[in-house]
Amino acid sequence: MSSSAYVQLVDLAKYFGKVKALDGLSLDIAEGELVALLGPSGCGKTTALRSLAGLQELDRGQMIVDGKDVTFQNANKRGMGMVFQAYSLFPHMTARENVEYGLKLRAHKTAGDKRKARSAELLELVGLSTHANHYPYQLSGGQQQRVALARALAISPKVLLLDEPLSALDAKVRTQLREEIRRIQLELGTTTLFVTHDQEEALSIADRVGVMRNGQLEQIAAPAELYDRPNTAFVAEFVGLTNPIAGKVSGGSIEILGGVVKTLPGSITSGSGIALVRPESIDVVANKAGNATVFSASFLGASCRLSISLADGTRVTAQLPSPDAIGLGAGAPVKVSLLDLPVFVKAAG
Amino acid sequence: MGAKAMKKSFGLQLWRRMIIFIVGLYLILPLYAMLDFSTKPFGLAHNTRTLASWKVIPSQPDLTLAIGRSLITALIVMLLILFLIVPTAIWVHLKLPLLRRPFELLCLLPLAIPAIVIVVGIAPVYRWISINLTESPLTLSGVYSMLILPYTYRSLSAALDAVDIHTLAEAATTLGATITRVIFGIIMPTIKSGIVNGSFIAIALVLGEFTISNILNYKTFQVVIAQIGRSNGNVAVAVSVASLLFVLFLLLIIPTKKRQGAVLDVDVA
Repeated sequence: MSSSAYVQLVDLAKYFGKVKALDGLSLDIAEGELVALLGPSGCGKTTALRSLAGLQELDRGQMIVDGKDVTFQNANKRGMGMVFQAYSLFPHMTARENVEYGLKLRAHKTAGDKRKARSAELLELVGLSTHANHYPYQLSGGQQQRVALARALAISPKVLLLDEPLSALDAKVRTQLREEIRRIQLELGTTTLFVTHDQEEALSIADRVGVMRNGQLEQIAAPAELYDRPNTAFVAEFVGLTNPIAGKVSGGSIEILGGVVKTLPGSITSGSGIALVRPESIDVVANKAGNATVFSASFLGASCRLSISLADGTRVTAQLPSPDAIGLGAGAPVKVSLLDLPVFVKAAG
Repeated sequence: MGAKAMKKSFGLQLWRRMIIFIVGLYLILPLYAMLDFSTKPFGLAHNTRTLASWKVIPSQPDLTLAIGRSLITALIVMLLILFLIVPTAIWVHLKLPLLRRPFELLCLLPLAIPAIVIVVGIAPVYRWISINLTESPLTLSGVYSMLILPYTYRSLSAALDAVDIHTLAEAATTLGATITRVIFGIIMPTIKSGIVNGSFIAIALVLGEFTISNILNYKTFQVVIAQIGRSNGNVAVAVSVASLLFVLFLLLIIPTKKRQGAVLDVDVA
């Protein structure tokens, strides 16, 4: 653990009765970094975020932000900007008043015209200058979340905390807004912790993604590394799709689909195991003498997903660029092989 | 088919109007009768009209004082609602969810206990107050603020349930607000319509209360009306009509006032 980290969460624990919401979570965030916490519901990611915001008391642990221990600091003194999953704009205030609210409460009261300039600047940043005088009920869900983002950023927060801010929005707005969040975050250089259960969201905008399970961090890594080199079976299976394929492990590699590929660190080292193979790691070529047949094919636009029946009756899913999949319809005989990429292997059974 | 539907909706319209008409008649007839009675001269001369009963209203002993008393009592109750009951209701909803049921039950009690029982229970307290502190009808505000609980708390509770106050409170807290600011600056404006409705019911109740103030021997508006009624029926009825018109006036201005704010529309959106 580096001591230079801007945000340090050390051994956080929170138990709700027998449920371990946080069970020894440790996490470092560098200044200006966007870290996403990803995990199934109930894995503790929201509890971690709320603890950092000061909205959740901990049973154990320490939180350091910018060299200062904030573990026992009140939420209203921490200077964290937070955007919530539920719409949280104050309904009796206009968009501008919402954005100005935090500034009004600062200890050294920001002067009126300065406040106005700041709120105008932020509304501009989130693309809502023309809606400054609208009340929340006059704004769409996406617009409300933009204002909420502007409101959280107005106080120049030490850390920006995003608690699934996009999950109430429809798919198109969601994609658009997540890219905008990333743009703004990079522009301002705000250290950000982003909690989500949507892996696409996490992988697409975060510098690093932490996968959580049962109140602990399973693995934290850059998105590509997390996807290509999972450390645990849970991470491999939770992030992206995998085909479980049985094979024999020995000497750091596994024999599957008639080939041998390296195993990733953390895999079992010997005996029979189950390799978790990405669909795009499986190469499919039309071959009359092939040992497999295409069971079904679904066209996804840029790529094509094939369900393939192997000679022994097991079925695997492969994903190919659409041009490579031309002519591979249901029933076509094919030859299946593996690309030379390391795979994670878990114990069989 | 279009014509049939139109005919049906016309029938429905007619039916609705008839109901409104009947209800209106039911409400207005007694008022009309009161107005009629109050403008008749004392005695048997049926064909003449006089405003004599109305003209003597200002000169009735105790009356103006009693009206003032009742209004100030209502005002104190209003303040108790704003600074005690509303913050308490918010606090319970926000921080003590386990206490919600018991609190609701507690607030319903005044409805279940007959007024006379309340008086008997409360009389010693009042004797103590009048001996040791002060003898003022304004102390009635204390009992009244309990009497109104079933109505006021209900309407507050409904308003609080309609909004996600937890998220609003947390959002304000992360922006630097203290709990006092959260309650008075964020949540109270958000549930303004509930507070206005609850307060209005409370005012109506306080201005119309008779049993408790009469038994405790305090001369409030209703008590004085009853007194006048014993000596001069026409004047008492005139005063009653006047007070009804006053309440009607309140009823008409409060809802229009509240529609000016944006808060009400949020409930709809």
